[in-house]
Parts: sequence; C-alpha cells; structure tokens
Amino acid sequence: MNNATGMPQSAVVIGGTSEIAQAILRALAARRLQSVVLTGRDSSHLGEVATDLRSLGVAHVETLVFDVTDVAHCRSVAAKALALLGDSSPAGSSGGIDLVLVAAGMLGDQPGDEADPIAAADVLTTNFTGPAATMLEFAGILHSQGHGRMVVLSSVAGVRVRRENFVYGSSKAGLDAFATGLSSALAGTGASVMIVRPGFVATRMTAGMAPAPFATTADAVAADVLRGLERSSPIVWSPPVLRKVFAVARLVPEPLWRKVGR
Amino acid sequence: MARAVRLRCVPLTEVGPADLQTLSGAPSSSTTIPRVRRLLTGWGRTSPSAADVVSVRRPEQIDALIAEAARSARPLVPRGLGRSYGDAAQCAGGLVVDTTGLNHVLDSDLESGSIRVGAGASLHSLMCALVPRGWFVPVTPGTRFVTIGGAIAADIHGKNHHHDGSFMQHVTRLSIAAPVGRIEASPSTRASPDDGAGANADLFWATAGGMGLTGIVVEATIRLLPVETAWMNVDTERCRDLDDCMSKMESGDSGYRYSVAWIDCLARGRHMGRAVLTRGDHARLDDLPPRLRHATSASRFEPTSRFEVPFIPPGRLLNPVTVAAFNEMWFRKAPLLQTGHPEHMTTFFHPLDGIGAWNRLYGRLGFIQYQLVVPTGSAGEGVLRRVLERLGETRTASFLAVLKRFGPGDPAPLSFPMEGWTLALDLANGPAGLGEMLDDLDVMVAEAGGRVYLAKDSRLRPEMLSTMYPRLDEFQAVRRKVDPAGILVSDMARRLGLLGMEET
Ligand SMILES: Cc1cc2nc3c(=O)[nH]c(=O)nc-3n(C[C@H](O)[C@H](O)[C@H](O)COP(=O)(O)OP(=O)(O)OC[C@H]3O[C@@H](n4cnc5c(N)ncnc54)[C@H](O)[C@@H]3O)c2cc1C
Ligand SMILES: NC(=O)c1ccc[n+]([C@@H]2O[C@H](COP(=O)([O-])OP(=O)(O)OC[C@H]3O[C@@H](n4cnc5c(N)ncnc54)[C@H](OP(=O)(O)O)[C@@H]3O)[C@@H](O)[C@H]2O)c1
Repeated sequence: MNNATGMPQSAVVIGGTSEIAQAILRALAARRLQSVVLTGRDSSHLGEVATDLRSLGVAHVETLVFDVTDVAHCRSVAAKALALLGDSSPAGSSGGIDLVLVAAGMLGDQPGDEADPIAAADVLTTNFTGPAATMLEFAGILHSQGHGRMVVLSSVAGVRVRRENFVYGSSKAGLDAFATGLSSALAGTGASVMIVRPGFVATRMTAGMAPAPFATTADAVAADVLRGLERSSPIVWSPPVLRKVFAVARLVPEPLWRKVGR
Repeated sequence: MARAVRLRCVPLTEVGPADLQTLSGAPSSSTTIPRVRRLLTGWGRTSPSAADVVSVRRPEQIDALIAEAARSARPLVPRGLGRSYGDAAQCAGGLVVDTTGLNHVLDSDLESGSIRVGAGASLHSLMCALVPRGWFVPVTPGTRFVTIGGAIAADIHGKNHHHDGSFMQHVTRLSIAAPVGRIEASPSTRASPDDGAGANADLFWATAGGMGLTGIVVEATIRLLPVETAWMNVDTERCRDLDDCMSKMESGDSGYRYSVAWIDCLARGRHMGRAVLTRGDHARLDDLPPRLRHATSASRFEPTSRFEVPFIPPGRLLNPVTVAAFNEMWFRKAPLLQTGHPEHMTTFFHPLDGIGAWNRLYGRLGFIQYQLVVPTGSAGEGVLRRVLERLGETRTASFLAVLKRFGPGDPAPLSFPMEGWTLALDLANGPAGLGEMLDDLDVMVAEAGGRVYLAKDSRLRPEMLSTMYPRLDEFQAVRRKVDPAGILVSDMARRLGLLGMEET
C-alpha cells in the first residue's frame, strides 16, 4: 500500500531497464519498496537490474519480457504482473500494485525518421501507442483495486514541440495528453496518475548529445519524482524550474520559437 | 442483567462517518444489502482508497456479509466513525462494513452501572444519555465521536490511563462476528461461571487493539463510572520545561484521575518542553460554585451544534508561523497555577469536538499523528527529549503535542499502552524529509523498548512492527483460528503485514 507520505511498497515498471526508472526504484527502495515486477525487451539486462534492486534490500523482484509495442500482449502482461505481486499470498493480504512506472521510450533519429515513415511510426508506437494501451490495462486494475498510482515519464519535448525533434516531441505530447485524460477518468477512484516532465537528462538515451539548458541527472529526476509522490502532485517538472520556463515557452510565437527552440 | 432503564441514544445526525465521498455511478447491488463505492480516508485524510461501503442496521446482516465475503474471496473490514488517523478502517477494492447503524443500547443496569450496547454506538450518544443519569464512560479519548467498536479495536486510552487503564479493562463481554461464526468472549480474570465469563479470553484480548482483524464486534457489555455532575474539578499549571513537567507528573499524577500535559513543541533551548499541565477529577455537586450547584443543570450534557470547517482551505492554515503564534498565546493564557477550577466535561475532554471537520485545516495533503510510548526510565525519557529536539531543529510545527503518563498495560498482545510516557504529535503532511524523520524516530522509540500507536499510524515501516509489538505472533495465531481464510483485511493490515499470512 502507498503510505501517508506517498511511498509505495510494490511497483510494476514498463521499460524496466530505463536509467531514470532505475534511479527512481533505487530511491524508493531506500523508503518502502518491497516487491517489483520489471518488464522490458531485454531479459538479461532486466536480470541485472533485478540483482541490483535485491542488493538494495527489495525482497521480491521478478522480470517479465514485454515489448511495449506489442499491444496485443499488454493485457496478459498486466495480469501476470498483478498475479506476481498480489496473488502470491492468501485472500487480499497483499495490497496489489501500488505504483506503475511507465518509462519505456525511444528518442529516435529525427532526420532518419523524417525520411522513413516506418521508422517514424516506430517512435510513435514505442512512445505513445504502446504505453497508452498498456496504461489503459493497468488503469483498469488500479481502478478495481481502489488504490494505486501511475507515474508516466513524459517530457518537456512534448510541451512545446520543436522542429528539431518533432517526431519524438509529438509522441510525448500525445502520451502527456493521454495521461492527462486518464488522470481525470480516474479522479475519485482511489487510483491516480502523475505526469513527469523531465528536461534533458544525462542517460544513455541522450549519450553523445550536447546537454540542453537545465540539464539534469537520473538521480535528480528520481528525487523530484519522490517529492511529487509525497505531495501527490499531478504533474512533476524536473528540474522544477522548467515549469516556469515552459510557461513562457508556450507563449512564444512560432517564428520566434523556431529560432530559440534549436 | 436487570433491565432497569431503557435508554435511547441521541441520534447522531451530524456525526456521520468522516470523509466519506460517494463516487459517481449507481450503487452496485448484486446482493440484498446495498453498497456504494466510496473513497475513504482516516481522520488524517491521507492515503485515500475506494471500497464498497455497506451500512448495516442489524447484526444478522454482518453474518451474511462475512459469509458472502468468504464465498467471493473478497476481503472486508469494519469501520466505525473513521476517527483513526490512518488506513485502519479502509479495505481498498474490498468491502467496508459501516457499523454505525448498530447503535442501540440493548440492556442497561443503572443500579450497578453496566450497559450492553451495539458496537456502532458512539461515545457521544452514550454520554448524552448517561451523564444526566449519573454515569460516565470508563475511558474517553480526545474526541467523543468514536464508536464502541473503534474503542475496542484500538483498546483506547484516556487521560485516566494511569488510574483506570485502557478501555478493554472495563469491558466484561463481547459478541464477535468472526469468519468462523459468532463468538461470545470475556476476559479470563473476572471469571464467574453463570455469566459464561472467561470464555474465549484469548480472542477477547486479541480483539482488544486488534484493529478490526479478529472479527466484527457486534455488541459489548461495559462497566460505567458513576459521576455526580457533568463538570470537572480542574487544576492547571505551567511547567517551564520538559523536566519540570515530567517531575510534576511523576510526583502529582496519583492524586488525580485525569492528567495530561500540552507541550509547546516550538519552544527550543532552555524552554524546550515548556508545557501546560491540566489535571482533574469529576466534580461532585458540593465541589461546584453555588451558581452551578443545581442537581439537574449540573449534570446536563448537551453539546451544542458545531461549527464546521466548510471546505479544504487553499494552502495550510496550520503552518509553522500560525502554530507558533497559537502556542505562544496558549502558553501565556494558561495560569501559572490555578486549582479547583470548574470546567465542563465537553471542553475538558473534547476541546476540538466543537469544531466539525477541523482536520480539513491541514489542507489537501492532510496530516499525520505520531503517537509513541516509551517505558519509564532514562532511555525512554531521553527519547522524548530527542524527539522534541528533532522537531525543534526541523521546525516541524506540531499543532497538538500531548504528553501523558501511562499506567501498566493490559493482557492484549496488540494493545498500545505500556507503563511509561506517551507523546502525541499532529504533523502537517507534505514537508520534505518528514517521512525519513519519522522513520528515524521509530528506530529510537523501538530501541528504547517503546512503540507507536496503530490507531494513529499511517506510515510505519512493516519491519518495525514485530519489534514494537513483540507479541504480534500471539495475535496472529488467534487471528488464524477465527479467520483461517484471511477474510478480514484492512489497508493497514496489508501495509504493515499485520496478518502474518505470507509465511504460512
Ligand atoms: C481528535 C482525536 C482524538 C483522539 N484521542 C485519542 C485518545 O486520547 N486516546 C486514544 O486511545 N485514541 C484517541 N483517538 C483515536 C480514536 O480513539 C481511535 O482511532 C478509535 O479507534 C476511533 O474509533 P472509530 O469508531 O472512529 O473507529 P474507526 O476509525 O472507524 O476504526 C478504527 C478501527 O476499529 C475497527 N473497528 C471499528 N468498528 C469495529 C467493530 N464493530 N468491530 C471490530 N473492529 C471495529 C476498524 O476496523 C479499525 O481498525 C483520537 C482520535 C481523534 C480524531
Ligand atoms: N533522457 C532524457 O533526456 C529524457 C528526457 C525526458 C523524458 N525522458 C523519458 O524518460 C524515459 C526513460 O528514459 P531514460 O532516459 O531512462 O533512457 P533509457 O535508459 O534509454 O530508457 C528507455 C527505456 O525504454 C525501453 N524501451 C524502448 N523501446 C521499448 C520497447 N519497444 N518495449 C519496451 N521497452 C522499450 C528501453 O529498453 P531497452 O533496454 O530494451 O532498450 C529502456 O529501458 C523515456 O520515456 C524517455 O523518453 C528522457
């Protein structure tokens, strides 16, 4: 169960090898996290993450292979994850899924994606279609269990889409909008959604890229996410100053944005 | 039991269960007893969860619901007036049995002072009915708006613990609807064969402080305390610091039935632990000043309609600045020493009950009550000092900080009180580091042999539970006997692993 300070005891991760997700899980392990189901494409990498979490004292860690673009399987994966967390003990004595962390995503290669519709569609499916379908499935579980939180890694790239990465940006804009809608759909059910909008985070996703202004680290994002859980925030900007930056960025006229947005 | 006077409980119209918010959608009524999906929290307004809430009016409905839960393997938990602070009376995704409809006085003997009452009756309604007839409840918490069932499930204590012990020490019999069937239970110590007393004493004591997890208490027989008036004879004095306060309590508490100290948590350094100590006893008619000395009016107990905080204010009205200002005023207002002051029961025992839904003042994130007990002795007293220091350092404002001396505990494995000191702190939820700070305090408390109060808890680490409650396994063993399938489950039980089902 999530406690009064918003700390979960159990979690399911979509994109369990994500560096940001790992940082969040490590931070949660220091608080209350006891059981985790990691899902992802790469089972050996998932195994490494699981080992790391166990060494931090997380008692039960399981892994499930799941490609988020494989929407036909999101239902069975959600059911398996619930069974691993909830049904291992007699009638209801476990709290089910406290937290669903949606971290799967890819940056893509903008020039290549512009040239190849299949590559562009892959980015959109990985960042939007797949996660959205999976979120719906887990939302159903959280709704019926009457509690639980979904944390979705969106991005500032979707808040004001830039010419330089509009394929990725639009996929995050879609994800962000979907999560916002889902959040209102779940209002009052005990289940809730928290949208995380990081700026540039130094992880393997951005490796080799020049850091953007307000660049941050996975651990700093994790700290902001935990604050958000403590405060039941519907939206978390990381670093927090980006909320103000993008309040302005949203208003900048398009011709000017094209210049500063580079 | 003689059926001397038939009492009628005062209707509890304005005392609805706290924080019930009906969700949209029609009630799902697959069976005969209607239920509504609702979002529930405890009094602290943290960790909301949704469950199907069923209000029962008759005991048989409880038996039916338990049978239904067993069939459908869907857990259930009883709920009273929702005055526990955390998630004890919640069962996310399951069934929550609102017992406040079981509020009848079934039998009363106002000669000897014994009453058999439905578990959903509130202490408020009992006081309204009994005080004018010369009887009082044996133990009252800081609010009247708790049910008998809640008082039993938390084995509540009052300002008179050092004198009278906890609530269950005044209960002579329970009727419990357990998953294995209806069970009558009584404490073994007052065995008297024709009464059936002593039967199922282990279940009796496991139910005391058992947080609703051993069955739903349907009715209870309680011994009452005779009183002449609704007034208290009160002595108040200021204490300059924690040592002063504790030594005054140690030397003087035995002269009073009721004793409690309010501590200014924001006072630091030399003033750390400065306090206002309030002690008293029930006033006899003769104790009262002439203007109050009329037999009927002196025993009037009719709390007036209450002001209610109408909505959740933006931000927190109770923040370090306002709390500091309040504390300063409260401390200065208190007399250096005043004796024999008459005060009505309502303000003496339940000063906050005059304001409805005051918990909303803490804003959207609610608040946490941290209540600890540490055994008498230097280790425990050191912990009290360090807790106050820690609060002062972090400028964590506690609006309510109450210190009290406990007498010895009772035989219940999960009962909170133990001989020593208890400190209760109301803390606004949300500040960075609050969770970690309380985790640190837990470790200190446990190392000193103390514990935190489950009726107030919303955040304890599950690993701490068996250290703080070393007889947890005894409780779990009784529980498994009466609920082998694990039907009785609360959010708190899940969070803390109270049921101990995993290992089996
Ligand atoms: C302002 C304030 C002051 C307080 N002061 C004190 C104090 O001085 N001393 C003290 O000891 N406590 C104090 N409390 C705590 C309160 O007394 C307990 O939490 C009590 O259990 C609340 O009763 P309730 O009817 O509201 O129960 P709920 O909060 O609804 O439920 C509490 C527990 O009781 C169980 N329960 C309820 N009904 C039944 C039943 N029929 N059978 C079995 N289990 C049942 C529930 O499952 C749950 O585990 C205070 C609370 C407040 C809000
Ligand atoms: N880094 C940033 O600057 C930044 C900024 C804002 C938002 N974000 C978002 O934060 C999230 C995590 O990113 P990160 O920085 O931690 O990078 P990361 O380590 O590369 O994480 C991305 C994760 O997505 C997984 N993934 C990709 N395609 C998948 C698929 N088809 N099915 C399942 N999983 C898939 C990857 O798994 P594999 O191990 O199998 O590849 C990886 O675990 C992403 O959604 C990202 O868009 C990142």
